[in-house]
Amino acid sequence: MKLSRISVIALILSLAAGLGFSQSVELVGAGATFPAPIYSKLFDQYAKEFGVKVNYQAIGSGGGQSQLKNKTVDFGATDVVMTEKDLAGAPAPILHIPTVAGAVVITYNLPGNPELKLTGDVVADVFLGKVKKWNDSRITDLNPSVKLPGTAITVVHRSDGSGTTGVFSDYLSKVSDEWKQKVGTGTALSWPAGVGAKGNPGVAGLVKQLPGGFGYVELIYALQNSMPFAQMKNKSGNWIKASLASTSAAANVAVPDDVTKLSTTNSDAPDGYPIASFTWLILYKEQNYDNRPQAKVQAMLKMISWMIHDGQKYAEPLSYAVLPAAVVAKADAVIKSVTFNGKPLM
Amino acid sequence: MRSARFSDSTFRTVLYLGGIAVSVLLIAIFFSLLLSSRPALAANGFRFLTGTEWNPVTGSFHALPFVVGTLLTSLIALVIATILSIALSILMGEYFRTGPFASVMRTAVELLAGIPSVVYGFIGVFFLVPAMRSVQILLGAPPFGVGMLTAAVLLAFMILPYSASIGREMISLVPADLKEAALSLGATPSETIWRVTLPYARSGMMGGILLSLGRALGETMAVTMVIGNANDLSLNPLGPGNTMASLIANEFSEAAGTVYLASLIEIALLLFVISTLINIAGKIVVNRMAQGG
Repeated sequence: MKLSRISVIALILSLAAGLGFSQSVELVGAGATFPAPIYSKLFDQYAKEFGVKVNYQAIGSGGGQSQLKNKTVDFGATDVVMTEKDLAGAPAPILHIPTVAGAVVITYNLPGNPELKLTGDVVADVFLGKVKKWNDSRITDLNPSVKLPGTAITVVHRSDGSGTTGVFSDYLSKVSDEWKQKVGTGTALSWPAGVGAKGNPGVAGLVKQLPGGFGYVELIYALQNSMPFAQMKNKSGNWIKASLASTSAAANVAVPDDVTKLSTTNSDAPDGYPIASFTWLILYKEQNYDNRPQAKVQAMLKMISWMIHDGQKYAEPLSYAVLPAAVVAKADAVIKSVTFNGKPLM
Repeated sequence: MRSARFSDSTFRTVLYLGGIAVSVLLIAIFFSLLLSSRPALAANGFRFLTGTEWNPVTGSFHALPFVVGTLLTSLIALVIATILSIALSILMGEYFRTGPFASVMRTAVELLAGIPSVVYGFIGVFFLVPAMRSVQILLGAPPFGVGMLTAAVLLAFMILPYSASIGREMISLVPADLKEAALSLGATPSETIWRVTLPYARSGMMGGILLSLGRALGETMAVTMVIGNANDLSLNPLGPGNTMASLIANEFSEAAGTVYLASLIEIALLLFVISTLINIAGKIVVNRMAQGG
């Protein structure tokens, strides 16, 4: 009897203590897996400097969008901008804020790991299954100094839905009308050819194993796994090798006020890598819903603002590209447009 | 005396409640899948079962490639596993019933069931896929390495313990006087096994095989790592394919859009229904075997 009474008292005390300790602001976010490493570093750093804890779950861009729609998270993270249809289906207007940029590269498995030069339409035709062998004239014409074997190209794509696929298919739709018609843009596609692997590490691993493999991965994975990747010809006709500098440079074009309309794939920037894109945080424009405390909203906005200013210095060591100044300016304007009861907070 | 009666009826009530709870749970799972897939049932119609395209961009969802992939990989795995498990059951049930070698074999087979699915997937990726690639190169097929045959072979090892353990038990339960009678009538040991032991143990072994088929139909992680995830209808076991469980595991977390999500749940419902139907059919076969044998 005594033991059970003691344990009940202990339980009540610990519950009270738990409630008491939850006075510090805690934010919850969920979404894209691509920026998960940099977000993890940023949130950890922010908690150390400012005491605001962020709990981020990398469940995928689609998951981030649906959790925000269900209002179970403070903010979501997505690699692809939400479509008009998705935005219309949300309970309230949603804003996008870019945080860092990344690039998608074409990686392959050839003896000797030569550095290849490829154009968008050739890449599209390989993924469409029209260019089947490595020594196809369209590839040898672009790479006269490389000895290409007569083996078959084995296409590797993503088997799971992913923002990386979204960015890559957005680029292919711009450079190939046939791709746009037959396959289109999306985080999950009906691939005309090839095998699928789960996640960026899955595709990288499968291409490394398959002789003649040809796949697409985020730049970080290719760099970390020391895999060769192709130089791509951008819209201005320059051959660009993917790097952090060329990824940021892809956004050096006139930035529209609605930053989401800035698509950096196949951009006009002369030094830009053509398959580059931002990753976004998504949140509601009007933040007074479900009895949210104003202090929490202010803390969240301060954190996001820190991420796109001081936080940018943590991006490059982790192989993410920083936002160019013009984009940061527009992102600031988006943060300032977030309202609480109709009044802007920042 | 009063306390004995009280505890007896309570005991029975608890048992009944347990049985009812399990049946209710099964029906609840079915209805929850049905209700969640309503938007897809309305949008896809009956062509869901016969069409071959799975296109999240245009919203065109059809299940046939995955049903075929699931059934093909499971059946090939079942054939391989059944042959191996009959051999193992005879070995462990007839020849090596006791002794150190017997217990080593028994433990090894049972441990196969304890290896996590993901670990099987890794073994598949690092050992089975390169081996399959060499086979494909020999046969002149595209050297993917990953594919439905790879998945089937991996599955065969995963489901082996279920039918082997049960088969071993069934064979060791065959009465010795039956076997001795056959031997005394002039049958050779192998004839005794084929004509007397196996037919006697037939229905029990069939139950074990059914159990392993159930595991094969639903296996997700190991299959998705080695099957190649190509969402096209294909009957070529040397090429890539996809199964229902693997599709759901791959696409569920990123699926945004009501019809897309509901279609994935409809695939789950289809898998549930197919597994249940195969289990019922198997039970009928087992019962008929038990009556006949």
